[in-house]
Amino acid sequence: MLAFIIRRVFQSILVLLVVGAVAFSMFRFVGDPIDNMLGQERTQADIERLRTELGLDQPFPVQYYKFLKGAVQGNFGVSYRQGRPVSDILIERAPATLELAAVSGFLAITIGIALGVFTAIRRNGFTANAIMSVSLIGVSLPTFLIGILLIYLFSVELGWLPSFGRGETVMVGGWSTGFLTESGLKALILPSITLGLYQMTLIMRLVRSEMLEVLRQDYIRFARARGLRDRAVNFRHALKNTLVPVITVTGLQLGSIIAFAIITETVFQWPGVGLLFINAIQFVDIPVMAAYLMLISVMFVAINLIVDLLYFAIDPRLRADRTAAH
Amino acid sequence: MADPVLSIRDLTVEIPTRYGILRPVSGVSYDIAAGEILGVVGESGAGKSMAGNAVIGLLSPPAHIAAGEIHVRGTRVDQLTGDAMRRLRGKEIGMVFQDPLTSLNPLLRIGDQLTETMLAHLDISRAEAERRAVAALEEVGIPGAAERVGSYPHEFSGGMRQRVVIALALCAEPSLIIADEPTTALDVSVQAQIIALLKKLCRERGTAVMLITHDMGVIAEAADRVAVMYAGQLAELGPVRDVLTAPRHPYTHGLMGSTPLASRGKDRLHQIPGAMPRLDALPDGCAFHPRCPRAHDRCRVSPGPRIEDGGGRAACLFPMVEEAVA
Repeated sequence: MLAFIIRRVFQSILVLLVVGAVAFSMFRFVGDPIDNMLGQERTQADIERLRTELGLDQPFPVQYYKFLKGAVQGNFGVSYRQGRPVSDILIERAPATLELAAVSGFLAITIGIALGVFTAIRRNGFTANAIMSVSLIGVSLPTFLIGILLIYLFSVELGWLPSFGRGETVMVGGWSTGFLTESGLKALILPSITLGLYQMTLIMRLVRSEMLEVLRQDYIRFARARGLRDRAVNFRHALKNTLVPVITVTGLQLGSIIAFAIITETVFQWPGVGLLFINAIQFVDIPVMAAYLMLISVMFVAINLIVDLLYFAIDPRLRADRTAAH
Repeated sequence: MADPVLSIRDLTVEIPTRYGILRPVSGVSYDIAAGEILGVVGESGAGKSMAGNAVIGLLSPPAHIAAGEIHVRGTRVDQLTGDAMRRLRGKEIGMVFQDPLTSLNPLLRIGDQLTETMLAHLDISRAEAERRAVAALEEVGIPGAAERVGSYPHEFSGGMRQRVVIALALCAEPSLIIADEPTTALDVSVQAQIIALLKKLCRERGTAVMLITHDMGVIAEAADRVAVMYAGQLAELGPVRDVLTAPRHPYTHGLMGSTPLASRGKDRLHQIPGAMPRLDALPDGCAFHPRCPRAHDRCRVSPGPRIEDGGGRAACLFPMVEEAVA
């Protein structure tokens, strides 16, 4: 087990290095940050001076090496646009994104699994079929459109919920949270539905199809033949067996919730890292972009590791290659 | 004879389809007394398993009991639904499935599967259920039962798993066991052990057994009486020795003739010409007549006499009497 984790950590470091290298090689095509940083009345000398100052005149392997050297020490450089350390900006912005992602992930998983189980058990029922049809909308409509529709309905027409921003936040330690104020909670509703809807329908449809498959298995028939209650058969026996594939997909989806928060954050002007990234691209703010991409890949890698460990927790067959059958 | 544990009268199972109603079980009647093992034989699709599923209330819709009565220990069970039927499963009627590799839930410890079954039916504490789980495993001959309760199904071999399945079917002390091809998926060397175990446990407890199989060897080994099914109907019913050595129904006769025996030398094995008719194309009269070497004109129009307990032994208009098996 420990050997497995250590091996995975090494693999993860490799992945991060590659992501960083790819990112850095692409930054050269995004544009020239110098254009944005100096005003109209710049001289060629100014440009050259700033370029040397920022190290942009050096070849990309050297820039990348410098970035890595700083990153290992927790120093991601200084934002070109805001003139502040990138790590400070990220720490300030991260809570907004993480809270949004946590709420949408939670909604997607709980509602997705519940509806998936329901539609599988009542597979010929009217409600179940209606849910299945509606879920097609969730799968097929693009995120920004759902966001805009929700804003139109609940903010513009009904006026119940705010259409942008986080509402009031409270600082708890170094973490700004929107969970503790009413306006903060209200502000979370629309963006988290927008962000989580696709994942929710995906999880629901996956749980449903896996569950239908499992319900056909002999051990489910045997569990029924032993007179176990439906609840025990459906949840203890069937649901647990559907979870392995569901966890795989859910893990990857949680990663993309954080990554795709970019679109939702743009639609709702949510002050998180996704919005930060979009603005950084427009300004060719290389340190911010680099740090953001590294942050996202660290999260993906961490989620994948957790997913692999969950397999072990759920399926004894993976754990027990040492206990031979006899 | 005391009241039978299982009493089936004129049981008919129907499956409505687009092309008409199919009757996989049609007018079948038999009893099984306490401690008695009734072997039910027949080809695939003869209705053996359907009858078993009907008794335990696990027919998969749209199949349903269309006529007839099923009594277990004097209680009529064919009309029970939902929770009343669930209480009976496992408690009064246990079931052993064909494939021990798939009939245990791979993610639950066998001890947990045993205790959950007992707790669903018996009014005992969890500690008592755990103690009984060990005892149940010991009884079915699993070495080191006390340590093995914590094992998962994949840690057992096929034969051992079938022992666990038998322990599960018996743990709430049902009065009737339906064993649906319990040895078909096992190695030949293990089959005899499992049959001997099933026989021993049921004799000790006075459990009635419906042993569904297409293996004449298993029937000869274990059964007290045998019911031969053909195309959903009972063809012959009688004490195992009589039916095996002096079959009266031409179908049984053909079946016995097709059993390879060492004593019969190297001659080509006898084969009944043709195949069992499909359920949607049953011939008029006796269902067996197109394949029957002794069919008369009457067989084409009128079916054989129904077998009632205490009545005729073979559902044949012209039963064979004292003819040695060819």
